[in-house]
Amino acid sequence: MSKMHVKLNLNGEEVEGLAEPRTLLIHFLRENLKVTGPHIGCETSHCGACTVDIDGKSVKSCTVFVGQVNGKDVTTVEGLVNDDGSLGIIQEMFREHHGLQCGFCTPGMITRAHRLLQENPNPTEKDIRFGMAGNLCRCTGYQNIVKAIAASADMMNAQKEAAE
Amino acid sequence: MIPANFEYHRPSEISAAIGIIQQHGDEARVVAGGHSLIPMMKLRMAEMGHLVDLQDIEELKGIEFSDSSVVMGAMTTQHELIDNADLASRLPILREAALQIADPQVRYMGTVGGNVANGDPGNDMPGLMQCLNATFEVVGPDGRRSIPARDFYEAAYFTAREDEEILTKISIPVPATGTGYAYEKQKRKIGDYATAASAVMIGNGAASIAMTNLSDTPIWSEAAGTALAAGDVDGAVAAALDAIDPQEDMRGPVEFKKHVAGVILRRAIARAQSRVG
Repeated sequence: MSKMHVKLNLNGEEVEGLAEPRTLLIHFLRENLKVTGPHIGCETSHCGACTVDIDGKSVKSCTVFVGQVNGKDVTTVEGLVNDDGSLGIIQEMFREHHGLQCGFCTPGMITRAHRLLQENPNPTEKDIRFGMAGNLCRCTGYQNIVKAIAASADMMNAQKEAAE
Repeated sequence: MIPANFEYHRPSEISAAIGIIQQHGDEARVVAGGHSLIPMMKLRMAEMGHLVDLQDIEELKGIEFSDSSVVMGAMTTQHELIDNADLASRLPILREAALQIADPQVRYMGTVGGNVANGDPGNDMPGLMQCLNATFEVVGPDGRRSIPARDFYEAAYFTAREDEEILTKISIPVPATGTGYAYEKQKRKIGDYATAASAVMIGNGAASIAMTNLSDTPIWSEAAGTALAAGDVDGAVAAALDAIDPQEDMRGPVEFKKHVAGVILRRAIARAQSRVG
């Protein structure tokens, strides 16, 4: 089977590569492009460790073929840092509030939380838990993840107010 | 988990998609959101030489409203459905049900058309569409035809859609103002299919009841609806439980599923009745 020419806008940069049509996006990111932020946890569409943002949607990159995302904008956890390379707000709040233990689920958690807060800048605790239901963590018990996301919302809103 | 290889197609016209299916026959399958099909391909329980991605076909997108009906393109995602305020005001039961499907990531990709066309008894939209008396439009080499949701499901994964046809639209009659509604679902955890689920509409002297994942097809029970319309809740529950045929699996034995079905249906009826305005 001949390979496809795949082009993405990945974290703001045009990237391309050759891949068989059966290649899952997570494998293309990690193996072809060496972007290893998104993790392979369950590889069965359950755990959310491979979550990336595709054209403004949170997507499990183990459940989409490269052809389906050809030509689209993809953001991984690497793309959520500040322009100067320092940690972005959500990343910083996960550190601050101890929203991780082993850290394996964290890239998916942060990428999903990014989209959740874009869509709902003032989430209740219930909104956060419901919106993060596609991401599993086996260490924390979720409490500090929820705290980190709530704190991220507060900080983003404070920054927005300060800018206005 | 790496699926068998295939050739990828992304046509922008429905006629081109049908052409590819005609050319390759059993070797071709369409993919919408892919969140049922791709996991099956990864497990090598589904293999095909040609995968036809429907995402660029404009006529499969969008939600249109008229006074009497809502028409949804098959590629409408669960997320788009949940996000559409006009849809939520006309058919709030759709949003209530969609919020109980899978998880956020899956709802961004999973489509209503895929959910109804796949024929998986675990999917929530088929029973709901039977409750609402929706109609599915399919298009194939011989043109377009409409199939009532209540006639669409034949057995698990077998539907009235022919292999060379693509499901394009879902038309739903808008219920009269003040109609009570509820979609109630019992599941073991986020992302699981229902142990039992029930769709109920009631008002203006009529009622409709459908059950999900309690047989190899969704079950719409006319007798249950008739009993509920007459105010006989016990009769409606008895008729619905009589119509289902659950099988034992990891979600429990048959007697347990029947018990849960009764509990879920009574909750759905109570909530629907409380919303009659």
